[in-house]
Amino acid sequence: MNHSFQVDERGYYGDFGGAFIPEMLYPNVEELRSRYLDIIADQSFQEEFHALLKDYVGRPTPLFKAERLSAKYNTNIYLKREDLCHTGAHKVNNTIGQILVAKRLGKNKIVAETGAGQHGVATATVCALMGMECIVYMGAIDIERQAPNVARMRMLGATVVAAQSGSKTLKDATNEAMRHWINNPVDTHYIIGSVVGPHPYPDMVARFQSVISEEIRSQLQEKEGRDYPDYVIACVGGGSNAAGAFYHFLDEPRTQLIAAEAAGQGVGTGHSAATTFLGKAGVLHGSKSLLMQTEDGQVIEPYSISAGLDYPGIGPMHAHLFKTGRAKFYDITDEEALEAALECSMLEGIIPALESAHALAVFGKLNAKPNEVVVVNLSGRGDKDLSTYQQRLKLND
Amino acid sequence: MTRMNRITKLFAEATEPILNVYATAGYPNFGDTMTVLNALQAGGVDIIEIGMPYSDPVADGETIQQSNQVSLDQGMTVAHLFEQLKDMRQTVSVPVLLMGYINPVLQYGVEAFCKKCAEVGVDGLILPDLPMAEYESEYQAIFEQYGLYNIFLITPQTTDARIAQIDAISQGFIYMVSSASTTGAKTGISSDQETYFKRIEGMNLKNPRLIGFGISDRASFLKASESAAGAIIGSAFVKLLGQAQDLHSEIVGFVQSIKGKK
Ligand SMILES: Cc1ncc(COP(=O)(O)O)c(C=O)c1O
Repeated sequence: MNHSFQVDERGYYGDFGGAFIPEMLYPNVEELRSRYLDIIADQSFQEEFHALLKDYVGRPTPLFKAERLSAKYNTNIYLKREDLCHTGAHKVNNTIGQILVAKRLGKNKIVAETGAGQHGVATATVCALMGMECIVYMGAIDIERQAPNVARMRMLGATVVAAQSGSKTLKDATNEAMRHWINNPVDTHYIIGSVVGPHPYPDMVARFQSVISEEIRSQLQEKEGRDYPDYVIACVGGGSNAAGAFYHFLDEPRTQLIAAEAAGQGVGTGHSAATTFLGKAGVLHGSKSLLMQTEDGQVIEPYSISAGLDYPGIGPMHAHLFKTGRAKFYDITDEEALEAALECSMLEGIIPALESAHALAVFGKLNAKPNEVVVVNLSGRGDKDLSTYQQRLKLND
Repeated sequence: MTRMNRITKLFAEATEPILNVYATAGYPNFGDTMTVLNALQAGGVDIIEIGMPYSDPVADGETIQQSNQVSLDQGMTVAHLFEQLKDMRQTVSVPVLLMGYINPVLQYGVEAFCKKCAEVGVDGLILPDLPMAEYESEYQAIFEQYGLYNIFLITPQTTDARIAQIDAISQGFIYMVSSASTTGAKTGISSDQETYFKRIEGMNLKNPRLIGFGISDRASFLKASESAAGAIIGSAFVKLLGQAQDLHSEIVGFVQSIKGKK
């Protein structure tokens, strides 16, 4: 297989990637870079990782043929049920992998950032499992709007620290986690929550999430007699669930890769998080990618109804997939996502996370043919979003 | 463009410890940049480091973060800063460095940025998130064309091999971060840090070193200067800027107190 969409020696995907980090972080990032491939390839790692994915996370997650959605859109729609993972989203695939890496690097403390709290919960979970100390930075504003996940993290033994700087949301929580790592370089590993950050993070996280497309392949073989779909659809915040769902199809020309970005109130409204529509090349959180920013290079605070997609950048792999045209990007508004969430709930009995609902909203725009196979990555379940659904879908009336 | 860089000249001629002071541009008020520079020079500072404010300064602690945000909220941009520094060399003769993060420089355009630096009389740059490998492959030639020194950081965790590489590629001086921390996180100098200072001193690097992070008063300035050519004060000075009633006299007084001229 030709790996043209994989990271290169220098940590780049085409023009995007690299490791733009202050010298204070260099020893840690370099240690990770020089060792992650060997650690992951090691048989003891593979055994432990796969055993935990199976018995703790509950993998493989089902690939479910959504008959009523398929009938409505006159095609063959499969839902990859990442919502059934332990903790309710795909995020745990990555945190399991990274905590096993951290152990092998001799670290006993973990720091992480979180937006909606899903990655924070997934990190607190694996820290409890492994008996490691866990500090999660979360924007002060997000702490207020995601109270249940804050409580879950605390119950799991994590210390949740409010990021009070900047706009007090995910990007600032990421800054604070990086600052924490600068101040605690020896005993701490930083578990980043998406395919962002300095090399090797985007590649490492993509590898841990790639179990999603690995399973899709074998599950489709069984159900459809072929190991590739015509379309794979995933939402992109930083892009980890999309990276995992795309991974084994990157070099499969028969599969179209479809990314759903959060348009918020619409790309032209000034209240949006659709990076490929609104961003240009820039550096944030250690890598060069597409970035929403002012003309002066100051990072713009994005907006989306979905806290997990509310990030001003995307991972460098996705910037490359966008630039080369390998993936097609759709801008999905808050309203479209809400409608899609309701539709999936009513037709399939599955309440999706708001993030995942952005991917579901692509069906109506795709024009897939009756004989084609569409896989959508249902990255998480909607429990955490119930209060938003209650309000916006007027479920109390 | 062949002038002798002011930084080289300073280190060659210095007879006492060198004091480098960091000030966020456009802080406390948008129009204060030149007032602060002139007062620093009047007080006897040896190098001025002007911080270009950035929305996401990951290497900085609270004090500098907050000054960056205030400055940005008041409308500061790279373009405005160059405008404010246009006539800087009519009054400021000490070396001037710009310190900031790489993204605003990229958006301004690396070459256009360097050209402007040379025009207004900037001597060097400190861009903590521009790593050495990127610098060598994409930036070094342009910086050198415009006579700009790129100042690299080293920390207690930087290996000897990497320090040797940094020394080979550095011009002017090496910025020795005193401890594993963001700016303004710790004050004072511990015995661990002294061990690190001595280790670096023993490496016989070709470049002189200034020690920064945690330096806040004359005592810590002198302590650091025992193991290096001088030291850098950032957060402590930014705090003063945020509270000063009379910028000029308080800045002059601060610099004089550090230099022992009062
Ligand atoms: C369910 C779910 N899907 C998607 C995302 C977005 O992250 P990524 O783009 O890295 O998959 C999040 C982030 O919190 C999430 O919780």
